[in-house]
Amino acid sequence: MLHYTIRRLLLAIPTLLFISLVIFLLLDLAPGDPMASIPLTVPPEVKERMREALGLGEPVHIRFLNWLYQFFIVEPQVAWDHIFGTDFSEGKQRIISFQSRSPVMSVVAERMPQTLWVVGLSYVFATLIAVPIGIVSAYRQYSWFDQLGTFVSMIGFSIPTFFSGVLLIVIFSVTLGWFPSIYDTTHKVTDWPSFLFQIKQMAMPVFVLTLYNAAQVSRFMRASMLDNLNQDYVRTARAKGMSEKVVVLLHVLRNSMIPVVTVIALGVPSIFGGAIITEQVFQVNGLGQMLITAIYASDAPMVQTLTFIFAVLIVLFNLIADILYGILDPRIRYD
Amino acid sequence: MADGATPVLNVRDLKTVFKTRSGSVHAVNSVSFSLNPGELLGVVGESGSGKSVTMMSLIGLIPSPPAEVSGGGIDFGGIDLLQASETELRAIRGARIGFVFQDPMTSLNPVFTVGYQIMEPLRKHMNMSKAQARVRAKELLELVGIPDAERRLSDYPHQFSGGMRQRVMIAIALACDPEVLIADEPTTALDVTIQAQILELMHELRAKLGMAVIWITHDLGVIAGIADRVLVMYGGQIVEHAPVRELFKHPRHPYTRALLKTVPSVRGERAERLEVIEGQPPILRAEPSSCSFAARCPFAFERCLAENPPRFDISPGHDAACFYDFESGAPRASVQATSVTEGAIHAG
Repeated sequence: MLHYTIRRLLLAIPTLLFISLVIFLLLDLAPGDPMASIPLTVPPEVKERMREALGLGEPVHIRFLNWLYQFFIVEPQVAWDHIFGTDFSEGKQRIISFQSRSPVMSVVAERMPQTLWVVGLSYVFATLIAVPIGIVSAYRQYSWFDQLGTFVSMIGFSIPTFFSGVLLIVIFSVTLGWFPSIYDTTHKVTDWPSFLFQIKQMAMPVFVLTLYNAAQVSRFMRASMLDNLNQDYVRTARAKGMSEKVVVLLHVLRNSMIPVVTVIALGVPSIFGGAIITEQVFQVNGLGQMLITAIYASDAPMVQTLTFIFAVLIVLFNLIADILYGILDPRIRYD
Repeated sequence: MADGATPVLNVRDLKTVFKTRSGSVHAVNSVSFSLNPGELLGVVGESGSGKSVTMMSLIGLIPSPPAEVSGGGIDFGGIDLLQASETELRAIRGARIGFVFQDPMTSLNPVFTVGYQIMEPLRKHMNMSKAQARVRAKELLELVGIPDAERRLSDYPHQFSGGMRQRVMIAIALACDPEVLIADEPTTALDVTIQAQILELMHELRAKLGMAVIWITHDLGVIAGIADRVLVMYGGQIVEHAPVRELFKHPRHPYTRALLKTVPSVRGERAERLEVIEGQPPILRAEPSSCSFAARCPFAFERCLAENPPRFDISPGHDAACFYDFESGAPRASVQATSVTEGAIHAG
């Protein structure tokens, strides 16, 4: 397994380099000008000099290599310096956002907590809710619980978050006034009332995303449980005199979790990607929202860096899913 | 019953009905039999004759719903299994009654080691510690003839061949020294040489451990080699019951006779053309009010369509549910209720 992991990690390097190149070229080919939002009164030659100041005068391959150097050498050094108080990155050029002229990674670090709290929490909730629902739905197939679960999942699955989000805002913010409709990122939790406020403003976006994610995972869990409940080994376990609890929660669940764990692991990168639409609806300025703004502003370094981070996460969690698969299913060995 | 010993298992008038959306199916109809200590009772019949459902009904292993045991009584060492609670049944399953199923490829849980699966009943029923159970599991693997038992305990089922997996299944079934072993077509999914090995193993184990065995099969050849007594099932009923030699020498039910003709003979100059039993076994929508074999029976006459034949005594330990008397070559005169099967009489 260790060999396999190392081999996969090494193989990931060319994959990621290729991905970064493709992203870079795509962004370079895309229409749009970072100077577009500069007032028309600024003369063209000044604009041209500004462009050069951003490094846009260099040929494509130089800019790409520059970005690689900054992303893989400079930014890790900055992080290292930040943690250990050293000064390796002294005087080196970091990746700079075209919009704010501030380092991209600092902005990412700033936005990360909002996204992780809202989207991450909803993902954790969704998993914790969906797995038991899937188990009970399958075990009591066609019971009222299963029917209700199927109905709710169908709703969660088929109603897009931009609709359910707005619907919740209309009901709970506009009509009832229970929750704020806009997420206040600057809010600091210092005492009990401010904590309650934080819960309140997180409630709706977390609910919308939980419903959506739970719908998917519970369907998966149910299908996987049903597949296994009729297997011969279940009858064997019952014939051995095992209690229903052991039969279902040990024998069947262990087998059913194999595909579900994969699905859950593969979904994790999307947390970091942020729920772009939901963040937009509730004005949570997390990573997803930041990506959208950066695309509007033709902020190539920002888009490039964010997209590449997502790519890294996707490759990484694919590997994690594969390793989990191997751990859970003894029939799969990668050596 | 024949030798006067107290049977370990006594089944009276067992009925199992499957309640489906398109109506109910009477899969087991008034089945009565007993199992003596240490004997091997063969149960034969074609697919859908109710062999497996009967045996699964004994111990609550049929999926309910849709299946429902609707009547009868099962005496197992003074306990009525049909009245027993799920908890009581659980304490019997795997401990006092062991099971071996048909397909060894799918009957073991793929994600647990073989050792774990053998140790599970030991720890539950015998309250063994992990270490004790492991020692016993190793003994069991050796008992069923798996070489290098100690190491094999930590292997997973997919690392075993079909025949070896069936040995593991037998080890699990025997783990707690059961009084009864129910083997549901244990050799059907195996190729012939492996089948012979498993039969050989069962012979040995029975001599060593002395438990009673119910062996379900559709293979008369297997039955001939291994059984003491045989039940022939058709349409959810026992149509003939006899000691094994008697059954092969003097079959007294037209279905048994037809079955025997479907088996090729190894001896004999040039085997005659094998016979086929025309038609399909019935799907019983209601309790049978006529002989369920009548439609396929060359000897059938009016009475077979009007009444369901009870089990007539032929000789001690041999009975057959047929109105036709093969000894005299004519229909039986009147109903003679038999001592063994009082409960089984169902005329309508």
